[in-house]
Amino acid sequence: MNARSLLPARRPVPGVFVALALTLAIGGTVVMIDGGQLFNQPTTVSLLHVAAGLGLVAVGQTLVILGGSLDLSVAYVISLSTLVAAETMNGSDGALLPAIGLALTVSAGVGLLNGLLVTKLRINAFIATLGVGLLLKGYLDSGYDGPSGTTAPALVQSLGYQRVGPIPLSFLLLVAVTGAAWFALSRTRFGHHLVAVGGDPEVARLSGVRNDRVLVTAHVLCALCAGLAGIYLASRLGSGAPRVGTEGLYDLESIAAVVIGGTALAGGRGGVIGTVGGVLLLASIDAIFNQLEVDAFFKQVIRGAIIIAAVAIYARRAMRKAAS
Amino acid sequence: MQTVQRRPLSPRLWRVRPGGVLPILAILAVLLVLVAVRQPSFLAPPSLMSFLGRSAPIILLAAGQYFVIVSGEFDLSVGSLVTAQVVVAARLIDNDPSRTWPVVLVLLVGGALVGLVNGLITTRLRVPSFITTLGMYLILVGAVYLWSNGAPKGGLPEQFRQFGRRAFEDVPLLGRLPYALVVLLLLAAGAVLLMRSDFGRTLVAAGDNPRTAELSGVRVWRVRTIAFVLSGVAAAVAAILLGGYSGVSFQAGAGLEFGAITAVVLGGVALGGGRGSVVGAMLGALTLELLFALMNFYGVPGALRSTVQGAIILLAVAVSATRSSSR
Repeated sequence: MNARSLLPARRPVPGVFVALALTLAIGGTVVMIDGGQLFNQPTTVSLLHVAAGLGLVAVGQTLVILGGSLDLSVAYVISLSTLVAAETMNGSDGALLPAIGLALTVSAGVGLLNGLLVTKLRINAFIATLGVGLLLKGYLDSGYDGPSGTTAPALVQSLGYQRVGPIPLSFLLLVAVTGAAWFALSRTRFGHHLVAVGGDPEVARLSGVRNDRVLVTAHVLCALCAGLAGIYLASRLGSGAPRVGTEGLYDLESIAAVVIGGTALAGGRGGVIGTVGGVLLLASIDAIFNQLEVDAFFKQVIRGAIIIAAVAIYARRAMRKAAS
Repeated sequence: MQTVQRRPLSPRLWRVRPGGVLPILAILAVLLVLVAVRQPSFLAPPSLMSFLGRSAPIILLAAGQYFVIVSGEFDLSVGSLVTAQVVVAARLIDNDPSRTWPVVLVLLVGGALVGLVNGLITTRLRVPSFITTLGMYLILVGAVYLWSNGAPKGGLPEQFRQFGRRAFEDVPLLGRLPYALVVLLLLAAGAVLLMRSDFGRTLVAAGDNPRTAELSGVRVWRVRTIAFVLSGVAAAVAAILLGGYSGVSFQAGAGLEFGAITAVVLGGVALGGGRGSVVGAMLGALTLELLFALMNFYGVPGALRSTVQGAIILLAVAVSATRSSSR
């Protein structure tokens, strides 16, 4: 078990990509019968935009979950990051870099707080990040009634709407972040240590891993990813939005994407590639239902059922593996 | 090392007994003193009784959540279940008082069914309860909006709403005794008795160490499923009381799942299962409600509530976590 969990890179591609291919094939056919088209430019572009936002958060979430932790504060970090970025920019391109830097610094600070609460004060990650989320929620609720600040036009034109063929720049950003995370997990000491801590913290500690430091790093990286997602959302919306993170259910959906992607919620097994598969699966289902003009609420029902079913299939496979 | 010394010889008995309620009682006492200083009239029997009645739904949810948490699982679906139940009740009753009791029955059975589905998916299909109940949350919210086309229909007649907002008036000594409080006291007594029964002990054992429990003959999947059913029924009762008190809205149950979980944790119950008492969980909920009341008296703006709530939870859990360094 532990020998296997130390080698995350050698695992086969998770079944989520099979599910993704099937979904796209079946969905594409159904949409075609319905008289629409799933693979035309506008649909693909909007699908990838949805995937980019959720994906950035979910990749970060993968890191903490792999380490056996969890981050429920990401939705608030996203909202906070859009506000910090947009208010610092205040519509001027000159303030672009300082604003991005500040937004990321604030996000990293929240991640650091999360990490320290989980490791040093030994607060259960669920409660710690929920508590930090509540702290941020109070700040956002009392300080803002609606959109605030203006995103720099240069950022809106580039990260917000620029694309290469049908692929938005933001999706390329997701690919780059995912690549970096994959490299960190499979080729660096940090990655191996993180998976070891998630697999069995006691064994990791006895083998000389500094559990606390690894977990704090994972939490900071997770919050940085959420901050990045916030900057992206600010570039799409043109301003800071105090509720964008919670209304998009980014906290729960990112966790769902991670788990659909084959990462064990208990930690120690999985990877970011699967997570991106999970994100693409959720985004494709979204796109298909949009094309079919399915009721938004029905979409949510199906989404809930799919999340449960996907994880049930993984659990079944794990049980069979354990039995053989 | 410390923990070895501190742990008494019979850890099982120690854990099942409500041994961990002292910290939450201390916090509750401090809050009561603060209330007494700021707003002495709040402690007069009639207003205190009304407060307890208002707090009944969240206390019941905390008790339901306790069963699930102490057995080692989570129930994130209770908030959406409360919302769904309130909206469904309004539509089914449609202002017809004669349908009150049948609908109450439907709600209780519905809550039990949702809990049963949660429990079976979690235990038989081995889906982590976090995911099961998260999926259920999405399904219930989506379904209830879908069913009502985005706006609640129908209405709740006085016959139904009385459970949540009426009281026995002119009770000697107490002034008034809300129906909700009577319901709460009965169910709380039931919960305490249940935790003292064999079922309660196996539930805690299943959460403490499922493998050991399994080997000693406990059908872990069965007790956990029952825990989910209890949580669903608690949500149904909470929905009946909340619908009566504050009427029909899609916001009826919003955020209650996190409220219940924080209450349970505040009451000294360990996430992951096996430790803590149902009395502690219910006191945790009461403390949380009293904290909100206190914030009102001190004029804390509503928007800052969550910040204070977050800070208190982190503080309380940090203190208890550093004291018991075993986890």
